[in-house]
Amino acid sequence: MGSVPPPIGGDNHAHRHDHDDGGLADIELRVRALESLMIEKGYVDPAALDAIVETYETKIGPRNGARVVARSWADPAFRRWLNEDATAAIGSLGYSGRQGEHMTAVENTADVHNLVVCTLCSCYPWPVLGLPPVWYKSAPYRSRAVIDPRGVLAEFGLRLPASTKIRVWDSTAEIRYLVVPLRPAGTEGWSEERLAALVSRDSMVGAGLATDPASLAGEAAA
Amino acid sequence: MNGAQDLGGMMGFGPVAGEPEGEVFHADWEKRALALTIASGALGEWNIDMSRHARETLHPTDYLASSYYEVWIKGLEKLLVARELVTSEEIAASSVLHAPRPTSPPLAAADVAPTLAKGTPCDRPPQAPARFKVGQAVRTLNVNPSGHTRLPRYARGKRGRIERVHGVFIFPDANAHGLGPSAQWLYLVCFPASELWGREGDPALDVSIDAWESYLEGAAG
Repeated sequence: MGSVPPPIGGDNHAHRHDHDDGGLADIELRVRALESLMIEKGYVDPAALDAIVETYETKIGPRNGARVVARSWADPAFRRWLNEDATAAIGSLGYSGRQGEHMTAVENTADVHNLVVCTLCSCYPWPVLGLPPVWYKSAPYRSRAVIDPRGVLAEFGLRLPASTKIRVWDSTAEIRYLVVPLRPAGTEGWSEERLAALVSRDSMVGAGLATDPASLAGEAAA
Repeated sequence: MNGAQDLGGMMGFGPVAGEPEGEVFHADWEKRALALTIASGALGEWNIDMSRHARETLHPTDYLASSYYEVWIKGLEKLLVARELVTSEEIAASSVLHAPRPTSPPLAAADVAPTLAKGTPCDRPPQAPARFKVGQAVRTLNVNPSGHTRLPRYARGKRGRIERVHGVFIFPDANAHGLGPSAQWLYLVCFPASELWGREGDPALDVSIDAWESYLEGAAG
């Protein structure tokens, strides 16, 4: 509570909003004041504000996208639909709307790894991934994803062979991209629910891979 | 505009700091900033391109020194003042000094879920055939508009190939300035990294952008 996340510029050592005196940071006061003004002037309904927050805290998040990916892995007809008309295929699972009006799914292959960025702002497929993490909106990622994606991926712990082609999708319009990671080996016959547990948010942006089930087995045994 | 928002290819910002999946908000004020932005947008006083332009016209030092939700709030304040829904004096005083301006009724709590689920599609029916086809070589224009644009600097004057024809979409460069949708064909254009970054380009990297037709001209080959 009260913390200020890193600025877009990525300076983690800024202390512009230092408030060790127990006061509120400037930005907290600023947002609180604007909210009061907007409510008092009748432009926004506080109950609607709460409903919006609740939606993105509890209903719309990356588990939605994980279900899409798991269905695509498990169901060849769905996979074809997802590749041909991602908006409709994703909509059939109940995920639609704001910041996902025009969806495109991009599949990783053995030879090509996909990575999604928005260099100009923070475009991100909300209905399937929820709100973007801070790193996705920050300057270090937005500046480097298009020029040094291998370096960026290495910072996520993902070291791809030099022979793996990387394709970066800069979301400069209203098309929103969902990466479908490669299905891990050893998951034949798994239910969609088990498969979905292997699909992380980062893997659906391209900043990671699907979880190797062997690593889960190791954890369970440990 | 060549603003601080146009970050592709810049250097010196340091490493990317990952973040656990469950961390949606980092402070209560971020929740309120998100909700205020969405609920205010539902008044229909501006469009998404105007929102983006309000954010990117923050002073570059302010933009880069602000977290993303701070940028949203600063952009929202600008939009509210520009639309005369609140005044700068009211923001400075943190209190209501003028009667509200008539506008749409506020978004009701019961309408939040359907409104979010509906979204705001930006595609439009085609009025003319697409000028370019899949596989065709194109070059992005070398342009430096002072207004809003979605053609990033790193991809201007570059030769690429049409990979998909997305359809006809609202043109942000016009829509951000209240000039109407001015819908145009939108294309997926792919560039080899060497075209964008010269000899520093990763030989196994391709980068694509979504580009409106007026950003493009035909190229040989």
